[in-house]
Amino acid sequence: MTRESLFNIVMMSLLILFPLWAWIADEPFMITLATKAVILALAGVGLNIALGLGGLVSLGHAAFFGIGGYAMGILASHAQSYSPILESPFLIEGTKSMPVIWLVAIISSGLAALAIGVLSLRTTGVYFIMITLAFGQMLFFFSISWPAYGGEDGLPIYVRNGFPGLNTLDPIQFYGICFAILAVVLFFCARLAKSPFGLALNAARQTAERVETVGISPYRLRLAAFTISGMITGLAGALFADLNRFVSPTMFSWQTSGEIMVFVILGGVARLFGPVVGAALFILLEHLLGGLSDYWHIYLGLLLLLIVLFARGGVIGTFAGKGANHD
Amino acid sequence: MTKVILETRGISKSFGALQASKDVSIDLRAGEIHALIGPNGAGKSTLIKQIAGSLAPDAGQVFLNGQDVTALKTAARAKRGLGRTFQISALAMEDTVLQNVTLGALGAGASPFQFWRAALDDQAMRAVAEDALQRVGLQDHASAMTAELSHGQRRQLEVAVALTLKPRAFVMDEPMAGLGTEGSKRLTVFLDGLRAEAPILLVEHDMDAVFALADRISVLVYGEVIATGTVHEIRTNPDVRAAYLGDEE
Repeated sequence: MTRESLFNIVMMSLLILFPLWAWIADEPFMITLATKAVILALAGVGLNIALGLGGLVSLGHAAFFGIGGYAMGILASHAQSYSPILESPFLIEGTKSMPVIWLVAIISSGLAALAIGVLSLRTTGVYFIMITLAFGQMLFFFSISWPAYGGEDGLPIYVRNGFPGLNTLDPIQFYGICFAILAVVLFFCARLAKSPFGLALNAARQTAERVETVGISPYRLRLAAFTISGMITGLAGALFADLNRFVSPTMFSWQTSGEIMVFVILGGVARLFGPVVGAALFILLEHLLGGLSDYWHIYLGLLLLLIVLFARGGVIGTFAGKGANHD
Repeated sequence: MTKVILETRGISKSFGALQASKDVSIDLRAGEIHALIGPNGAGKSTLIKQIAGSLAPDAGQVFLNGQDVTALKTAARAKRGLGRTFQISALAMEDTVLQNVTLGALGAGASPFQFWRAALDDQAMRAVAEDALQRVGLQDHASAMTAELSHGQRRQLEVAVALTLKPRAFVMDEPMAGLGTEGSKRLTVFLDGLRAEAPILLVEHDMDAVFALADRISVLVYGEVIATGTVHEIRTNPDVRAAYLGDEE
C-alpha cells in the first residue's frame, strides 16, 4: 500500500468519524461545517478532472457551481410557491425531490460545460483561462440581472428538499447524503484515472502531439473531461444551495472559481483526495481564523504561497511523497 | 510496378520570405526504405510535419494508400495507417513505459472513451503493447518510468509506440539521433526487417545507416528535392556531393 493510499484511508475515516463525534456530542454546527467541506470538496473533485488529469486551468468553474445552485433554487422555489416553471407549450413544474434536482443540475451544468468547452478548448494557456473566466462572469452578471429569481439579492428557499426515506433536515442525515455522493464520485474518479480515457487524457496533458499521432483527438478528450468536470461541480452546486437553502450570484463569481481551484492546489493537483484535503483545510481555517479577523484570507493566501513555493504536490504531496502524476 | 503507399505531390510551404518546401514530390513504395537526407535547415522536418498532418501545406497534396489526406488532421491520418516517430521524443514522461505503448494500442484499437475498466487490464491492448516492447527490446523496462529511460531507450520506445499502430507506412524523423554506434547498429538491423511490414520514409543524418538501409534516397536542399535515386546514384551524383555529401576521395 502506498503512503498516499494510507493517507486517503485516514482522510476517509476522518470524514466518517468527525461528523459521528459531532452527532454524539450534539454539535450540529460542526456537522454543518463538515457538510460544507464535503460539498466544496465535491466541487474541487470535479475541477480536478479538468485541471489535474487534463491540465485545463479553468477559472470559470463557478459557472457550473452556480448553474447547479440555480437549478436547485429555481425548481425548489416553484415547488414552494406552487407555480409552474413553464405552462406552454408543455407544463414544467418545480420539485422538492433531491434526486430530480441533482439530475437537472448535472444535465444543465453538463450542457453548459459542453458549450463552453466547445468554444474555449480551441485555445490554450492564458487564453483558455481568460475565456473560461469570461463565461463565468457572463453568467454572474446574468444572474444579477434576473429579477425573477432574486437578482442581486439571491433566492432563499424556506424548506430543505427531500430524499426518499430520509429526514434531510437532520444535519447528520443530510451529511450522510453528501458524503455518500462524494464517496461515489471519488470511486468513479479513481476508476476514470486508470481507464483508457484517463490514460489518454493524462498523456494529452503531457504531449498532445503524441496522442494525435496515435490517432486520438486531444480536443475530444479534453471536451469530454471538461464536460464531466462541469457536471460534478454542478452537482456540488445543487447540494451547496440545499445546504444553505439559498442561492445567489456569488456562486457564479470568479472568487468562487478561485476558491475551488485553491482547494485543488492546497490538497494536491491530480491527487484523488487533493480537493478533499484542500476543502477541509479551507473550512478549518475559515472556522479558526474567521473568528479572529474578517481578513482571514490573508493567512490562506500565505499558506497557498508557501505550498506553491515549497510543496508543489500540495498537502498530500508533502505527506505522501511524489506521485505518478505531476506535482 | 510496386504500389505507392505514401506520396506527396507538389508540396510547398513558406514562412514569410523563407520557402521551407518547394514543390516537393516524393513517393514511398511498398517494402522499401526511402531516406530523406539533406543539410540542417533543408526543410526535412517541415516536410515530415506536412506529411504527418501537423502542418498544413500552402500548396500540393499528400496521398496515403491512394487517398488524398491533405485535408485530414494528424489523428485522422494516423487512423488511416500513418505511423510517426519524432526527432525529439514526444513521450508521456510521467507515465510508465507500458502506459506509453498502451496508449498506442488504444489509438489503434478500441475507443478511448471508456471510463471504467482499467486500461492496463485490457488483455488485447496489453498483448499488443507488450509485443511492441518485446520487438524493440524494452520488455524488461515495462514498469519503468519513461523519464528514467536513457536517450537510446526513449528512441526505442518511440519506435515501439509506432509499432502498436500496425501502420501502412512509417515516417521516422531521425530515429538514430544520439544513439551511439552500437545503438545505431541494432536499430539499423531492426528497421531493415521492418520494411517488409510497412515501408519507411526515413529522415536521418547517420549516413552509414542511410546507405545500409535505403532502397532510394531523396536529397532535400533549401526545401527542394535536388535528386532521387539509389544509394549508388546518390553517392555519385555531383550535385548532391557538392551540396551535401562532399567529396569522399
